[in-house]
Amino acid sequence: MDFVNQLQRKFIDYSSSLHREGIVDDQFTQLRKLEDENSPHFVMEVASLFFEDCEKLINNMAIALEQKQGVDFKQIDECIHQLKGSSSSIGAMRVKNACIAFRSFSDGQNREGCLRCLQQLSHEYSLLKNKLQTLFRLEKQIVAAGGSIPRVH
Amino acid sequence: MRTTEKIDGYDLSTSDTEEVHVLAVDDSLVDRKVIERLLRISSCKVTAVDSGRRALQYLGLDEEIQKKETNGFDGLKVDLIITDYCMPGMTGYELLKKVKESSAFREIPVVIMSSENVIARIDRCLEEGAEDFIVKPVKLSDVKRIIDYTTTELREGEQREGARARRRGINKRKQREGDDDLSSSPPSTLSSSASSSPSSSIQSATAPLSPSTLDSPTRRLKMTSSE
Repeated sequence: MDFVNQLQRKFIDYSSSLHREGIVDDQFTQLRKLEDENSPHFVMEVASLFFEDCEKLINNMAIALEQKQGVDFKQIDECIHQLKGSSSSIGAMRVKNACIAFRSFSDGQNREGCLRCLQQLSHEYSLLKNKLQTLFRLEKQIVAAGGSIPRVH
Repeated sequence: MRTTEKIDGYDLSTSDTEEVHVLAVDDSLVDRKVIERLLRISSCKVTAVDSGRRALQYLGLDEEIQKKETNGFDGLKVDLIITDYCMPGMTGYELLKKVKESSAFREIPVVIMSSENVIARIDRCLEEGAEDFIVKPVKLSDVKRIIDYTTTELREGEQREGARARRRGINKRKQREGDDDLSSSPPSTLSSSASSSPSSSIQSATAPLSPSTLDSPTRRLKMTSSE
């Protein structure tokens, strides 16, 4: 039982650090509240959908920015809009903010600026993915050890 | 579970509050997953689709798909539509308009969700008949609020139907007894003077009224609000 408690403590601490660092915001907490015995890994499930979405959109933007015959800024804008929406829905604050910054460069049709933003966005996404995967590993370890995931009150 | 009352041959059934069936429309998979969970936690049945077009198909309103006249949709009766505003193809606003233009479905409340908090957009949607407008990201409190008043409206709708039928039943009885005093009928929500018969004016067109209550135009009250 002590082992489970340790894991749970680690989970709580790690979770707090994600909030402190601004990796996730209150919306992430809101999604945690939707978890229960019937749907204990809801956040993990939404996050993996988000990761797929994010990777696809980042990839599409990279390709669009590479086009020699001219960059389709409308397509870039559309990608940013989608990513901003889903990152907001999951509470991925820094990714969302990177999208907002990105938008001003795509509005200005500034290819160089967009490339820098895309790099920043990729960086934020990697950070988010790594940290959330660490959190979810803890989650799975707790459940495997027969414990329950500490719930938000 | 249904309880059944009988009044003078009128069969009145009032069901317990059944689950609200919500049609959720959003092109984003992440958002669909979230809204679905929010609705299920709020005890709703959910059908989630990824476009306005599919929403219309589900309702049986898609012009390109021939459906039978009545019962044009395969699915359950929809009690509420909640849709994203910004979608490729048909926007949530366009979907709202199509629903409100349809005689079969205009009564279904439509709620719009949007990440942009633009007053002009909100006003446009409300003017077109949207029930409410939620700024994303959607939270549980947003959904609970909407389901609460949808459930209340549905229940009140049933109660009004029940009350109408009961009044029809009572009036029928009074007619047979040759008694034109309707003051013993259930209280109406309208204020009325002592001499008038409030319930007579809330009859549906099909219910026969005792001739004496229609005599004097001054006895009839104008319907103000509740129905």
